[in-house]
Amino acid sequence: MLNPNLKLNMKMFDEKIEQMPIRQGFGEGLLIAGEKDLRVVGLCADLTESTKMNLFSEKFPNRFIQMGVAEQNLASVASGLAAMGKIPFISSYAMFSPGRNWEQIRTTICYNDRPVKIAGSHAGISVGPDGGTHQAIEDIAITRVLPRMIVISPCDVLEAKKATIASVDTGTPVYIRLAREKTPVMTTATTPFEIGKAQIYWQSDKPQAGIVATGALLHKALIVAKELEGKGIQVEVMNLSTIKPLDEKTLTAFAKRTGKIITVEEHQIRGGMGSAVAECLAKNFPVPIEFIGVDDQFGQSGTPEELIEHYGMGIKSIIKAVNKILKR
Amino acid sequence: MEFIDERIIELKEKANDIRISLIESLIAAGSGHTAGSLDMADIFTVLFFHTLRHNSKKPDWPERDRLVLSNGHICPVLYSAMAHAGYFPVEELKTLRKFGSRLQGHPHRDFLPMLETSSGPLGSGLSQAVGMALADKIDHGLTSDRRVYTLLSDGELECGQTWEAAMLAGKEKLHNLTAVIDRNNIQIDGYTENVMPLESLSDKWRAWNWHVIEIDGHNIEEIADAFEAAKAVFGKPTIIIAHTIAGKGVPEFERDYRWHGNPPGLGPTDKVPADKQGAVALAELRTLGGEIKSEHQ
Repeated sequence: MLNPNLKLNMKMFDEKIEQMPIRQGFGEGLLIAGEKDLRVVGLCADLTESTKMNLFSEKFPNRFIQMGVAEQNLASVASGLAAMGKIPFISSYAMFSPGRNWEQIRTTICYNDRPVKIAGSHAGISVGPDGGTHQAIEDIAITRVLPRMIVISPCDVLEAKKATIASVDTGTPVYIRLAREKTPVMTTATTPFEIGKAQIYWQSDKPQAGIVATGALLHKALIVAKELEGKGIQVEVMNLSTIKPLDEKTLTAFAKRTGKIITVEEHQIRGGMGSAVAECLAKNFPVPIEFIGVDDQFGQSGTPEELIEHYGMGIKSIIKAVNKILKR
Repeated sequence: MEFIDERIIELKEKANDIRISLIESLIAAGSGHTAGSLDMADIFTVLFFHTLRHNSKKPDWPERDRLVLSNGHICPVLYSAMAHAGYFPVEELKTLRKFGSRLQGHPHRDFLPMLETSSGPLGSGLSQAVGMALADKIDHGLTSDRRVYTLLSDGELECGQTWEAAMLAGKEKLHNLTAVIDRNNIQIDGYTENVMPLESLSDKWRAWNWHVIEIDGHNIEEIADAFEAAKAVFGKPTIIIAHTIAGKGVPEFERDYRWHGNPPGLGPTDKVPADKQGAVALAELRTLGGEIKSEHQ
């Protein structure tokens, strides 16, 4: 059953569940952060509306800097602003920031210990028709490897909004992973959120396996849990929105309770959230793990649903992985 | 600015002290970058002992000017200038590049928090300086009187990011930003105009709406005057193209790109044998004492 303490959307399994783009939550969160804190500044590389930073730039033109298509400069100028006490948010597509400007993020932001917040929009394969060049499916790997960096992959628009507001005061660099398409709104305004805290969204009395999901695919994991319950198979589902620092305590307890883990993410299997989970559990409580994600390939054009299915991240693939792990 | 000869000689002697200390630190380290460190000694001297608004006893003074060293590999001259300006003991320079030292091979704020930035990978310093200048512009508009200085190598102008930053600074009309190019014409693989031609350099900066000043990077008065002139420029950032002689101060090392990344003892041996390089460099610099004259004399 859905965890009643988290005040999740009661229409979770309704076909008409409200759908909103996760990036919208970033835009709304940044606007609130900007109203609350004069130190907040916004920088964008020619994608102000796409990344929803336009909500901030229209309200606070004096605190917004249009960088043009120059992502390396985007990262390092933000570092300089942070050196003077500003709290810069930089936005572009994830493929270009933190993709193209990774070394600038490493050296001028992380190594230099500057609290710049990086919003990477259009992450994941569900970017769709734009094709493989624009589908960032390596961004979790390249950000979670950086010392000092916090990595957050919100599951929906409301969690993205809360994560954006919470990131202002971490004192560290933060990467917030955003998606383009409208996806189900699973949480509500009153669902608790804390950076670094994993949450069990679907609970069972006697779980036979546990699914750890991040981003919008969490919704598919929840549908799987409900469906399997009807067939007498009990699984639990965790929302792992903060990938770094990893909530090792909750994750290890989850592995102890469920005994078998399936990780679900819209990202390369190698180096992503699943790898972070495996690193933790191999050390603390080794259990069998199945990894759902993109298996060492690049994407292509298609509708988001077509691509999710084709690359093995849909509901059928998750059910298959659960069945497989139950036999292990 | 009226410059009396005594003041010029005083600064030149300081520059010589900074050169001696940086050579001593490179000898102790056994690795590091000699040519650019030597040739920027005069500019660092003018900055730390004349131009910069700073306080070595209160390095985190909020009103201070900012200095961003982009080409972090010439940190021996930065460290030497900081030590002579009182930020830390001159004796500490001999820990350069050693395990646990505050003086990392390329500057790192984790180890020496009084640094404005950590640097090393080329091409990103101008961007950071632009960010600092923008912060003041956001807070104070055109009335900001704090200055942000950044020092760039000529070789790093080959990095595309430099030009991304140049474009933005011109667009934002950052009057409070002064950048200096160490135009010593060398980089690791050879002479810049062979590796990747940079000329016409001044035209490139003018095209991005910068005010350009060209100076002799070893003429104390010209250096100081250029920094002053930049303060009076309205609505544009200023670039000072400082023509320097790589390895300046040790004639045996001058104008030779092979001294870019080697310390005395590991440099080219056709003029001075390896085991004599340290002694020759120190002898050249130490015998200058008392011989230093102002440009007027």
